[in-house]
Amino acid sequence: MKKRNLKEVLLQGNEAVVEGALRAGCRFFAGYPITPATEISELLSVRLPQVDGTFIQMEDEIASMGAVIGASLAGAKSMTATSGPGFSLMQENLGFAVIAEVPCVIVNVMRGGPSTGLPTFPSQSDVMQARWGTHGDHPIIVLSASTVRECYDITIKAFNLSEKFRNPVIVLIDEVVAHMREKMVLSDREEVEIFDRIKPTVPPEWYIPYEDTPRGVPAMANFGEGYRYHVTGLTHDIRGFPTSRPDEIGPFIARLFRKIDQHFSEIQMAEYFQIEDAEMTIIAYGCVARSAKRAVQEAREKGIKVGLLKLTTLWPFMRSAVEKVLQTSRVLIVPEMNMGQISREVKRVNRDIAKVFTLNKVDGTIITPQEILNRIMEVS
Amino acid sequence: MSEITKLIHKYLRHDKKFPHVWCPGCGIGIMLGALIRAIDRIGYEKDEIVLVSGIGCSGRLPVYVDFNTLHTTHGRALVFATGVKLAKPSLKVIVIMGDGDAVAIGGNHFIHAARRNIDLTAIILNNSIYGMTGGQYSPTTPYGMRSTTTVYSNIEQDFKISELAVTAGAVFVGRGTVYHAKLLDSLMEKAFLKKGFSVVEVIAHCHTQYGRQNRLGTAVEMMEWQRDHAVPVEKALKMKSEEFKDKILIGVLVDKELPVYQDEYEKVRERAKSGAGR
Repeated sequence: MKKRNLKEVLLQGNEAVVEGALRAGCRFFAGYPITPATEISELLSVRLPQVDGTFIQMEDEIASMGAVIGASLAGAKSMTATSGPGFSLMQENLGFAVIAEVPCVIVNVMRGGPSTGLPTFPSQSDVMQARWGTHGDHPIIVLSASTVRECYDITIKAFNLSEKFRNPVIVLIDEVVAHMREKMVLSDREEVEIFDRIKPTVPPEWYIPYEDTPRGVPAMANFGEGYRYHVTGLTHDIRGFPTSRPDEIGPFIARLFRKIDQHFSEIQMAEYFQIEDAEMTIIAYGCVARSAKRAVQEAREKGIKVGLLKLTTLWPFMRSAVEKVLQTSRVLIVPEMNMGQISREVKRVNRDIAKVFTLNKVDGTIITPQEILNRIMEVS
Repeated sequence: MSEITKLIHKYLRHDKKFPHVWCPGCGIGIMLGALIRAIDRIGYEKDEIVLVSGIGCSGRLPVYVDFNTLHTTHGRALVFATGVKLAKPSLKVIVIMGDGDAVAIGGNHFIHAARRNIDLTAIILNNSIYGMTGGQYSPTTPYGMRSTTTVYSNIEQDFKISELAVTAGAVFVGRGTVYHAKLLDSLMEKAFLKKGFSVVEVIAHCHTQYGRQNRLGTAVEMMEWQRDHAVPVEKALKMKSEEFKDKILIGVLVDKELPVYQDEYEKVRERAKSGAGR
């Protein structure tokens, strides 16, 4: 084995996703080639067999998502990676992972859309699809990253959250972060919290696979470990069997939401930069958050009291973070590489406390610090 | 206790609320019986069996039996099964599909699972119709037949599922009918024991939808049709092609050896660990 302890490496975001996934214990990947996510597949096809994991290239993204769920049910931490068109195909089985509560991680390296769109250009236009892409009411966890280091950390976090809450977790990165190379330090000795799914401790005859618990997350038995139970995409009772009884359907769907809702503090992550006295706050995520940080620094030099709220967790939307910046700020600017997907959420939380301005760009180029600075000057 | 009672006690789920969803006279029960008898004869542990299904009448089968059971999305049973098998190769993974499941919405997955030669057994209940949704034509509805979406008669040609499986590279392909229950028993046993992608096509009747719309009679009459139109492979070899025109070939269509995906992937792991190919 190669010695990897404390090593400075130059990695691109996609490669950091792979390092994070392996560190989190990912042992199964199924995917289909797509720009700009392909490096994740290529690197895992090399690395997974080295650690007795499995890489398979499936016939399409529908198949990839299905195989990921199957592998997770058999006990492997599993993931796939894709971009817009593939993400659309994955929505069907993503819903299955939600209803059957199968942990898995989906990385979507966002490119411009709709349809084939802009395969090699960055975008942030899948934020709403990540939230509501699969049909039916469902809870979802969506994380984003804006640096190579974050690609590593957030991928680990994604696996931990998916195992902890038995829910698929989507990592949204954009083409800029995915292909940008940055220095990061990789260390085997670094303390990293790794969470594995909680397995049943009761004898098989007592096991109730979809039992409600105080946390709302039932213990999960892997296939072949003596707990024979039924997994279905149909709405099911606590034993996993299909049900059409309203008194079982209602509590089941409510529990799916509750298991996420009552653990916001464990799921929702954000970073604040110079918000203490900020009269104006930029709310950004992904590569745009980097431009925003630079713009904030430059605006501060001009004497404008502006801060930055960088959202790491996109869904469930971090209402508390927006409310926090609303304590001082009366102007919010939401720059996004889409037509305004997170800005709507910000407006929903805002309730006329502050003026919310958008800065939307959908031409396949990034939002620069200068553009954000210009917007700051315009509205201040 | 009779043999059948023993099998019922051993393999059916006692905590599942019966009755089942299938119509009286349906052939799925015969297929399930053959499946259970084959599993029992081989002597698999219940814990090592994973029974995966898609959507439709056949999709409901796993819920009734006491294995690890997985009822997936429409057409996707094989891809879920692929994940299960690769993550835990010690499991015996059996996939149940209908004709719409396997060769319409799941057609792509079907040919690729066969091509890859993953160690799975696919059992396909072919009743020539979408039964659960009320009798729409499927890719195996023959030309000229009626369904609720071909009331002016079906103008498409039908897939021959077993022949498709052979062409796609399955290492074992067998076809039977629910009339030939004993043949089904032996085909399933052979398929389960075969290493690689094995297929058993089960010709069944849907008297409720297909039979009623095409005036083919009761379940019994439709099974008699199966009896009269099925020709064993051995006998077919001696028949002239015009005699064979409206017949169904039953028996073992293919039994061959090809490298199995999991074995090959084990070699990939060894090469990866030794640093080869880099």
